[in-house]
Amino acid sequence: MTATTWPDARGRFGKFGGRYVPETLVGALERLDLAAHEALADERFGETLSLELESWVGRPTPLSRAQRLGDAWGLELWLKREDLAHTGAHKINNAVGQALLAQRMGAGRVVAETGAGQHGVAAAAACARLGLPCTVYMGAIDMKRQAPNVQRMRLFGTEVVPVEAGDATLRAAIDEAMRDWVADPEGTFYLLGSVVGPHPYPWLVRQFQRVIGIEARHQFLKRTGGLPDACIACVGGGSNAIGLFHPFLDDPVELIGIEAGGATGRSGIDGGAGHAATITHGSPGVLHGCYSMLLQDSDGQILETHSVSAGLDYPGVGPEHSFLNSSSIAYYYTVSDAEAIGALEECSRLEGILPALETAHALAGAKNYGRDHPGASLLLGCSGRGDKDLDILAGAGL
Amino acid sequence: MTAPPVGRVTALERRLKHPTSGAPALVAYLTAGFPSRSAFPDLLRSVAGVADAVEIGVPFTDPMADGITIQRTSRIALEDGVTLHWILEMLGSVGRLEAPVLLMSYVNPLLAYGWHRLTDRAGEVDVAGFIVPDLPWEECQPVRSRIEGAGMALVQLVSPLTPEPRLQTLCAASRGFVYAVTTTGTTGGEGNTEGIADYLRRVTRHSTVPVCAGFGIRSTRQVRQLAPHVDGVVIGSALLEVIERGGEPARFLRDLCEGSSGGMGGAGQRGGPAAATP
Repeated sequence: MTATTWPDARGRFGKFGGRYVPETLVGALERLDLAAHEALADERFGETLSLELESWVGRPTPLSRAQRLGDAWGLELWLKREDLAHTGAHKINNAVGQALLAQRMGAGRVVAETGAGQHGVAAAAACARLGLPCTVYMGAIDMKRQAPNVQRMRLFGTEVVPVEAGDATLRAAIDEAMRDWVADPEGTFYLLGSVVGPHPYPWLVRQFQRVIGIEARHQFLKRTGGLPDACIACVGGGSNAIGLFHPFLDDPVELIGIEAGGATGRSGIDGGAGHAATITHGSPGVLHGCYSMLLQDSDGQILETHSVSAGLDYPGVGPEHSFLNSSSIAYYYTVSDAEAIGALEECSRLEGILPALETAHALAGAKNYGRDHPGASLLLGCSGRGDKDLDILAGAGL
Repeated sequence: MTAPPVGRVTALERRLKHPTSGAPALVAYLTAGFPSRSAFPDLLRSVAGVADAVEIGVPFTDPMADGITIQRTSRIALEDGVTLHWILEMLGSVGRLEAPVLLMSYVNPLLAYGWHRLTDRAGEVDVAGFIVPDLPWEECQPVRSRIEGAGMALVQLVSPLTPEPRLQTLCAASRGFVYAVTTTGTTGGEGNTEGIADYLRRVTRHSTVPVCAGFGIRSTRQVRQLAPHVDGVVIGSALLEVIERGGEPARFLRDLCEGSSGGMGGAGQRGGPAAATP
């Protein structure tokens, strides 16, 4: 098998992936798998999705040369502008796709989880457009640090349910969304926001996010006549990174994922995870229905994570990333909160683009890459815009 | 010395088919180390004196099949330092229990402990079987062989949404008992004991081992409704809530069963000296 042919029929990327869920959800996942394969093979579904992406999401998103920032970092830097997609991040690509699928499957309602709120907003918007009732679970801590997104979801008619349980962030929100789903798996559609969870989600979300890499590859060839030396993207669950990487898997292009090093930085690790660098510092295990790299203690309990970026603050990662890492097809590094904020400030000042804190991790990774590979051409997944982060940035003195 | 491996699963199945007194059999669920590590061995002895089997829940940080009660008790147990290692050591020192013990755990703590080490150690401390709610049929095969090879049972869960051919497979493969989830949703919610007679009949028809119903069973009325259709009932969240309130769990279980047995089992027969309330 080549890297592009995974997952297999059991939802495995090498040894990673699978479907570790209660029996009550097995049938729903099998129906979703079947319906998704049928929909993605159906030309009319493809046409509907393409039209929505073009006329409502605003695709294709541009490829911008970041001349001044690239000069400062010794790189030929290109940004794939998912921050310009409707609702301000790449999350909408998947949300539109899954909402159309929910409608096609006759779902009575949609549930979703959200961390930074970007997936929640995207799901809320897509459901509003299709007239689907939507409930979003969001950690109570995240609701505070991403308040504007909560307001946006509510304006779109979505019910936002605060999750106080567990760590009150993304992981607890996924736990709670799954509990909601398990109560009515036949009438509820779970619109999962990243390439995590039980099969078929890691595959399904990737298929809806591949549009990022497909467009970027085409745009890059057209603008430069060649391919970049490397693609770089931030990785929490890893949907924007997989979306960017996947169409480049058969190319001689280096693939680099950047994880949230939190307060501890590039080389740091401590006992309780003061970071969210799952691939860099984790070990394999099962969380939220799939076997992948995890941040866990020696007893298999999931660790609390830290990142200044709510969207990266997650102790798991998509199984395909675990596979790409273990096969040395993609490489994963970390940057600290401070490095990310520094890169965000430089990008804002030199390019007139305010990236999301998640995206800022990819930027800081690019800056580090430039140090080791001066003059390299780098395609960066500019996954989202940073308006939602203004309060945090003000708190950090920006 | 522990009983020969084959005997342990058979003994569990026999006990559930022929509970000590009355019907249905009572399977009690306790979160390991709750309300505290120090209080747990006495609680376990007391509950094992009344119940026909005890599920010991391994606490996990992300219990996605569980409702708020087991989420809460699991968190308290984890904060008190409960680990699978502690549970197995405790079972090694608790002494002979009057009812067989099963471990109920999400898959990750078991993976972290290591299957080989786990089945070896669990066998030594007389664990009769495992219930793993996030290990569905498609993912359980190598693990199942390992557990059964070590003389223990892997209990399969079935749900009202499980389609017929799959139900046959799961029932035929289950050892110890078949865990018939009464309803969609998580543990401890509104149990569904009405309108599921047909589902339970199908489960029973396909099963060669006892069938126990669980999820949301809280009252004598529910136990009475289920009694004609199943061999046993699993009592979890309701029992933990009694413990949380400082009540008497052994007495709660006795009352639940006596009230439901319609006089089939005599009061006071279930249990024995060890069933004295704590």
